Amino acid sequence: MRSDAARADRNRSRVTTITLYALLVVLSLPFLYPTLWMFFSSFKPANEIFVQPPALLPREWTLDGFAQVFTAQPFLQQYGNSMYIAAIVTVSSILLSAMAGYAFARIRFPLRNAAFTLMLAAMMVPTEVTIIPIFTAVNAMGLNDTHWPLIILPIFGPTSVVSVFIYRQHFLSFPKEYEEAARLDGVSRAGVFFRIALPLAKPAIAAVGIMAFLRSFNMYFEALIFLRTPENFTLGLAITRYQDFYGEQMWNTQLGAASLTVVPILVVFLIAQKQFVQGLAQTGIKG
Amino acid sequence: MSSRRPRPGGNGWLGVAFVAPQVLGVIVLGVVPFIFVIWYSFNEWRPLTGEMEFIGLDNYYRLVADPTFSASIIASLLFSAGVLVLNLVIAISLAVLLNRRMKGITGFRTIFFSPVVVSVVAWSVTWGFLLAPDGGINGALAILGIDGPNWLADPSTALISLVVVQVFKGVGMNMVLFLAALQSVPEEIREAAHLDGAGPWRSFRSITVPMIAPTILLTGILTTIGSLEVFAPVQLLTGGGPGDTTNVLPFFLYRTAFISQQFGYASAIGVVLFAIILALTMLQWTTRRRWVHDEV
Repeated sequence: MRSDAARADRNRSRVTTITLYALLVVLSLPFLYPTLWMFFSSFKPANEIFVQPPALLPREWTLDGFAQVFTAQPFLQQYGNSMYIAAIVTVSSILLSAMAGYAFARIRFPLRNAAFTLMLAAMMVPTEVTIIPIFTAVNAMGLNDTHWPLIILPIFGPTSVVSVFIYRQHFLSFPKEYEEAARLDGVSRAGVFFRIALPLAKPAIAAVGIMAFLRSFNMYFEALIFLRTPENFTLGLAITRYQDFYGEQMWNTQLGAASLTVVPILVVFLIAQKQFVQGLAQTGIKG
Repeated sequence: MSSRRPRPGGNGWLGVAFVAPQVLGVIVLGVVPFIFVIWYSFNEWRPLTGEMEFIGLDNYYRLVADPTFSASIIASLLFSAGVLVLNLVIAISLAVLLNRRMKGITGFRTIFFSPVVVSVVAWSVTWGFLLAPDGGINGALAILGIDGPNWLADPSTALISLVVVQVFKGVGMNMVLFLAALQSVPEEIREAAHLDGAGPWRSFRSITVPMIAPTILLTGILTTIGSLEVFAPVQLLTGGGPGDTTNVLPFFLYRTAFISQQFGYASAIGVVLFAIILALTMLQWTTRRRWVHDEV
């Protein structure tokens, strides 16, 4: 009797488990299939992209699309542009936002709450709203078609507030005893930050670094507004310019450029996904 | 908001110095340009001729009478509502499904999160191929004997297609935040409820939801703001069409400013866009006392 019940229980739980896996596999499709299709389709000849019935894998594998990625546009240079801009933005954000986040959490100074409220309010102003005065200012400074606006805006502009916020949340829960002990040993306040608080803020650094890198590397609107010559393009803008380049469709080339943009980031993400996801979750933008 | 008071001390200047780069940055690149936008919105300004003329509220009168603007507001609100509801429902459902010890659960979490790291341009372009009349989605439907619509060119499906593209791109981020929130719900409370005879749905509604309410509020606000700022998928997939059904405010602003070169009129659109974001954020924030018991 007892073992029957236990067996029924186990059977039911096995059915539940199988149902759950089946559900998760079906739910995975819209998340996974587009990326897989993009990747494999960049190995298809252009005339196979819209072939019916649709197929994930190429019937005929070719590297033609990839070859044209580099001949139709200065793609390597565009890749370099995106990489160096994202590197500057990431490193600067990690440091500058940490200083601001630490001060907002731990140092009392005049107008602190007013300044923090202002930062939060700025999050509600989309880039599109303020782009006109910024565009005219960039023009007046002769910085149109340069990378300056794409570097300065994400580091200092309203989109950087999220980073400050993540750091502030982190430092609010940072144990005061560490700091007090250091202060007793005669370490200055700035020294406490640089030598103790910041080195111990690794989850926040990871979260801010990842978000700043993705924000910069995937930036599109600003690139569209400010960049004019293909040599200066960043990747997002470059991908959109493979259509009708010679008056013909370069579908597989465009997908190849998209794959080359996405796959390296995905590989890094897969390797470091634990730190990646947990870093974002732990320092969470939660209360 | 601040739960802990900072230690008093003679470090005021250090604090000011530490926040200065970011606070000045937000003022110079956010607040000041926004004040300029308000000023521009009272002017007729076509950058090609370079002339700027004060016209008072005329741009706003023109907006009210402009059918493209009404269509744009409707597109933005529908898009935002669709993204908000779908995103939160999917994010919470996935988080609940993944919040258990099971083989391979990390793999599924990775899959659901992966579009977050994919470039929005690559993601949009790929969906453009899949949603094309002879693309993969209609091809799959054809196998089932269904004649799929021209998703991005049909007024009845274009906006919802954009909602889907946007939701699958970003929902992984919210899912991760909800997972973190769920993991902070003590197992004992759910077990106690189970012993008291509460079913899974009752337990979810009466225990889980109240405990993750602060996360619902925050992700709700951030998702709303993000959806009202949408640009790349619209520009790359529908160009605002068909017939302005997907001409959301940021895209309408972009076209007015940089295609038809009307900076004053575009600035008025920008002011309205900000007002909508402000109003919806305040709405969610002020209703929090009714359903968020934990102070955020």
